[in-house]
Amino acid sequence: MPVLIALDSLTKKFGDLVAVDNVTMTVSRGEVLGFLGPNGAGKSTTMKIIAGFLEPTSGRAQVCGIDVVRDPVAVKRRMGYLPEGAPTYGDMTPQSYLGFVAAIRGFDGAQRRRRVDAAVEKLALEQVLRQPIETLSKGYKRRVGFAQAILHDPEVLVMDEPTDGLDPNQKRHIRALIKEMSADMAIVISTHILEEVDAVCTRAVIIAAGRLMADGTPQELQARARYHNAVYLLVAAEQIDAAEQAVAALDGVDGVERVVRKDGRIGLRINHGGGVNTLQVGAALQARSISIDEITVEQGTLDDVFYDITAALAHRENPYA
Amino acid sequence: MRNIWIIAKREMVSYFATPLAYVFIVIFLALSGALAFYIGGFMSRGQADLQPFFDYHPWLYLLLIPAISMRLWAEERKTGTIENLMTLPVSAAEAVIGKFLAAWAFAGLALALTFPMWITVNVLGSPDNGVILASYVGSLLMAGAFLAIGSCVSALTKNQVIAFIIAATVCFLFTMSGLELVLNVFRLWAPDLLVDTIASLSFLTHFNAVTKGVIELRDIIYFASMMAVWLLATIVAIDLKKAA
Repeated sequence: MPVLIALDSLTKKFGDLVAVDNVTMTVSRGEVLGFLGPNGAGKSTTMKIIAGFLEPTSGRAQVCGIDVVRDPVAVKRRMGYLPEGAPTYGDMTPQSYLGFVAAIRGFDGAQRRRRVDAAVEKLALEQVLRQPIETLSKGYKRRVGFAQAILHDPEVLVMDEPTDGLDPNQKRHIRALIKEMSADMAIVISTHILEEVDAVCTRAVIIAAGRLMADGTPQELQARARYHNAVYLLVAAEQIDAAEQAVAALDGVDGVERVVRKDGRIGLRINHGGGVNTLQVGAALQARSISIDEITVEQGTLDDVFYDITAALAHRENPYA
Repeated sequence: MRNIWIIAKREMVSYFATPLAYVFIVIFLALSGALAFYIGGFMSRGQADLQPFFDYHPWLYLLLIPAISMRLWAEERKTGTIENLMTLPVSAAEAVIGKFLAAWAFAGLALALTFPMWITVNVLGSPDNGVILASYVGSLLMAGAFLAIGSCVSALTKNQVIAFIIAATVCFLFTMSGLELVLNVFRLWAPDLLVDTIASLSFLTHFNAVTKGVIELRDIIYFASMMAVWLLATIVAIDLKKAA
């Protein structure tokens, strides 16, 4: 698949603040890249550079093989961009605003109408076409911004927090739309909702303090979770001490933790460096006639990975955070 | 050219989508009429011309033109729409010129709506309509120069109040520099060349020349280059923010 976005040692400084620090990565057609990171990590700045709104201090950004600094207008022609918060002209109606964007994008007459109609249909904006945008709900405003970004079938779509502030149904709609379009485009979305990465992204990068900290499929990132593959065990409360001794004695077990569940019961988490499975745990418990209420292998969560990667760094940079 | 036109059209429509356009036009007409009749003595001086009407235009523009120009860029920056506009395939020059032309056309519309003054003076007497036409052209050119200054100031801030005050101040300096009162202060010590330079940079000097009925090339060049320089400065300001 052809590479549509290429960042090479991209760096952006605002005075002394290094917002983006030597970021190198590529995004190909067909990929949906989730851009993860805490607030202020440099996600928006990176996206603004790709969209040609800011110029990098050093390094290069290319879109469809075109340098964004050297020929910004050519890049913008091939790109759809949804800024954070989806700002749009509040005094315009979706109809006139989308018409304006279509005109700027070079569509005239019947073609313009067709483009606008198609975007309106995709985003289900028919109901509000003639209302001033400032009177619309947050969800509608966001969808108007989205419609504006995809109207010209861009090769590259960059969206800064496209589902922020939407209700669950709207989120689902937007995610479905992203998935549907992803085959023909390179899409970059930033988010700090980790479930979103699982839901739509084929790849995720984690950025913290401007630096690229991790890059992989959501599954690969998940595999880096602290409790990935840990065996979780629930037994009757009076047998928990016996169970803990039994599993701790198994080969390969690094440690056993007690985990308090929401309902007040205590479970055991068996951490290991690989090689311990449910069968062995089951056999060890059966040998002591301890009955098992529940036994699962934990997948680990992206939350944990995100926290482990970003919190330590954030703390070093800003101890009050 | 196409993009300039599309941007100008969008701006123009948005003036009329809010009460801004109507408030501005009403105030402009009321003030320009009131100044001509009550302070300029339009009726009592018994002459069939529009001199008392045009005399107050520089001072009227000082107050009203920054009110149009302040929102040109400051508002876009404040609401974040500039991020949308500048990530569309348009150059900074196209956006700057498009927005300026819309504002200028709007000011021109307000000016054109003072036509009852012209009708009145023609009913009452037989004025020199050539002088009146020249004065209208001069007034429009001056409005353009005021707007170009305002556009540049607006591009430097996201606060519309600051944009208004600074634009009004800069325009004030460019207007005042032609008053005898001010020039006399310089005559006391400065060489003639400097005094002439200061006077020649003034809106008043050139506007007064035009309202006498003679549109000279140098006055047109003056206003055109004022607009060009300040619009260029606006483009630079917009581009600099990209690299900031």
